[in-house]
Amino acid sequence: MRDVLVKLEALGESICVQLENGELPFIDIPSRTTSNIIYDKAEGRFVLGEARTRRTTSNVKHLRAFTQTVWMAYMAKRLIEEGKSTTLRDLYYMAESYGVKFKDQQESDSIIADLEALLGVPREQLRIFPEERATVYGDLTIKYNVQGYEKTTLNLTASPDGVAIGPALAGAEFQNCGAERVIMVESGGMFTRLIEERAHEKFKALLIHTAGQAPRLARQFAYRLRRELGLPVYVFTDGDPWGAHIAMVVISGSANAAHVDSIVIPDAKWIGVLPTDIEEYKLPFEKFNEKDWKRLHDLMADPRYQSPFWREQLKRFEEEGRKSEQQALSIHGLSYVTEKYLPEKFA
Amino acid sequence: MEVLIMQPAFGEISVSDFFYRHRELAGFSNPSRATYMVIREAVENSLDACEEAGILPNIKVSLSYTGDELCHLRVEDNGPGVPPSEVPFAFGKFLYGSKFGVRQSRGVFGLGITMALLYSQVTSGRPARIIVSNGGDIFEVKLRIDIEKNMPLVEGKKRLANMEEWHGSIVELYFKGDYPRAEKRIMEYFKLTSIASPHAEIAFTDPAGDQHLFRRSVEKAPKQPVETLPHPHGVDAEMLRRLLKRSEGKSLLSFMVKSFQRVGYATARKFLESAGFSPHQPTSTLTNDDVLELLDAMRKYSFPPPDARCLSPIGEDALRDAIMRIFEPEFVAVCERPPSVYLGHPFIVEVAVAYGCKGIEGEIVLYRFANRVPLIYDAHSDVSMNVLRRFNWGSYLHVRPQATAVFTHICSTRIPFKTAGKECIADPPEVEREIELALKECCRRLKTHLTGRVSVEERGRRFNAYKKYLPKIAQFASELAGRKNAPNVSLILERILEGKN
Repeated sequence: MRDVLVKLEALGESICVQLENGELPFIDIPSRTTSNIIYDKAEGRFVLGEARTRRTTSNVKHLRAFTQTVWMAYMAKRLIEEGKSTTLRDLYYMAESYGVKFKDQQESDSIIADLEALLGVPREQLRIFPEERATVYGDLTIKYNVQGYEKTTLNLTASPDGVAIGPALAGAEFQNCGAERVIMVESGGMFTRLIEERAHEKFKALLIHTAGQAPRLARQFAYRLRRELGLPVYVFTDGDPWGAHIAMVVISGSANAAHVDSIVIPDAKWIGVLPTDIEEYKLPFEKFNEKDWKRLHDLMADPRYQSPFWREQLKRFEEEGRKSEQQALSIHGLSYVTEKYLPEKFA
Repeated sequence: MEVLIMQPAFGEISVSDFFYRHRELAGFSNPSRATYMVIREAVENSLDACEEAGILPNIKVSLSYTGDELCHLRVEDNGPGVPPSEVPFAFGKFLYGSKFGVRQSRGVFGLGITMALLYSQVTSGRPARIIVSNGGDIFEVKLRIDIEKNMPLVEGKKRLANMEEWHGSIVELYFKGDYPRAEKRIMEYFKLTSIASPHAEIAFTDPAGDQHLFRRSVEKAPKQPVETLPHPHGVDAEMLRRLLKRSEGKSLLSFMVKSFQRVGYATARKFLESAGFSPHQPTSTLTNDDVLELLDAMRKYSFPPPDARCLSPIGEDALRDAIMRIFEPEFVAVCERPPSVYLGHPFIVEVAVAYGCKGIEGEIVLYRFANRVPLIYDAHSDVSMNVLRRFNWGSYLHVRPQATAVFTHICSTRIPFKTAGKECIADPPEVEREIELALKECCRRLKTHLTGRVSVEERGRRFNAYKKYLPKIAQFASELAGRKNAPNVSLILERILEGKN
């Protein structure tokens, strides 16, 4: 936290000095354009190249964006100092009362990404979080360290709906863990099924519901479980290119966040639904639609998918053009997934 | 079978008789156009009289109907007043210029007011009434023209007391006219005259009794053009013969120096030697062939360009002010070209482009002037129209300008009119080129104005953006840096306002 505050202060100081010298201030921001996003094979993730864009107030067209960036930094400083947090959407609305208007939330999100790149700090460290929350369920006892909850401990089986992975949980201390693996689950239906079928006991698993693409806090939480508790991470999604990519972002991080994303779990495993499972488990399937095909071809060109395992999966998708959802396993009965499918996966 | 052979009667006819028979040549082709011509000749006669005396013209024109087609015109000026003894010849006789000097003047044939008198007499059968005074007694003359003999006939003369020291002249004429059909052109004539002669004040009372006042916008009479000798390139064989005749007994050297402008002794000597003439040869010994040879040599020799002091352009400022007053445009670009020459006649082209004019429908309207006289008829084949027609506005402005008036003024000792009606100018390449260059220059000035206007707006927008955001940047940055006071941005803002940043 100190580091971040120092960086923010230095940013403010440099702008003040430029203004005092009668100059129109500028800042150089690492460029987030596609041409500057480079795949780092050694790290197995995307990183930003050397290119920087100058945002300068001598160009009247940059003036608004410059003001927004400085305002965003100022807000981050206040959040950190006051020990508060906020959401992307909050910030979009708050701006107006400071006379800094955003066209839409997309614009304010983009300014936050600029600030992340500029400071080299993910927004979570700036106390800025997205609206959507993943949830977790399983035998892990945590101890909060946010204001007012310093003494509170919680076992993550406390609620049958799971516990939301917000900033408080993401930063909590791990006290006791009965689990031996982490299963990240794409759909809410499958998450509930697994809890009802007591998968957390059968497989000694912490279940994380990602609700589609895993939010950064959820990935960060899984990352900590992998690093601090040594738990292997498995990703269980629908059997389509979109599901494959949920697993890939957990493994290799996201290209959109190449400027800050160091949350990668290279040994996380995609356990299904694999394209081969459709045949093997006789799952009902649908034919690829146009969007699926396009997504598949995008993935085939993506440097992250060049390992033999991934190449094989994509090839199968391409050969068969079939997709199956996680829930398709229910065709063989509600317990099929915990009685047959998952045991074979973990065998 | 009896064959009757008509013997054509060959005989000399007078100038007045010639124009009586061919009055369409002078522009009196029909009642409507004649109405315009009569007014125009009378007004110009008055303007000339005032200008020659250095008086700011006040001209009152009134036109009324006394019968179905019979019009009565009265034109009064505040000029010096022609001496009463000269009235008959000044108004009632067609004169050929006997002078050899040249300078810019409104008329071309010396027809002027006499032609109006002739038309009046022919169509109404009534004499003209001329009233003059130089400030002393007032003289009234009733005048006819003996058309066959080209001689004035005085029908009555009266002497009246002058109580108010009035000076000037009044012309009253009856003629067959058609005001309704000429109205548009006549009003245009007055409007444009007010632009070409902005030092004149003209009041026109139309047949309905409505008065139209055209105020003066320049409080100084224009500098009278200086009468100069002809330029060696500006004479023809006949003119050269006459000049030679007048200088009988002199040497060729002295003839050249005394008869032409821009020819000094050194130039004359060089020219004569290069042409194979002895400078000392007396002019009286030149044969007809010698004269033609001399003329040919003069045309080929490169003399300094003609003196332009004989010209009286309207002037950029006066032209701009006058257009502003009459057309109320958003912007006027004016360009007066330096003097140029065609066939030995000096000329100056002035062009104005008035952008965003009130009361102009359509895109671009052309108004033409020659020697301060508006040209109303026959625009279609005029040199200015030709230039305008093929002018590429796009290469100077982004778009063809809207509601725009283009004014062209050509002043010269000899306007190259196409017709005797003096309404349409021919297109010697030199004249055409000057018009085009002036038009281009106007476009450049207009473009500067148009882009300047944009940049003023833009500078304002720019400043407002900085005024809004810079203090905020200073405020957030200083809080970010943990400073107590925000840096002062007023100096930066000042520089932006001045357009320096």
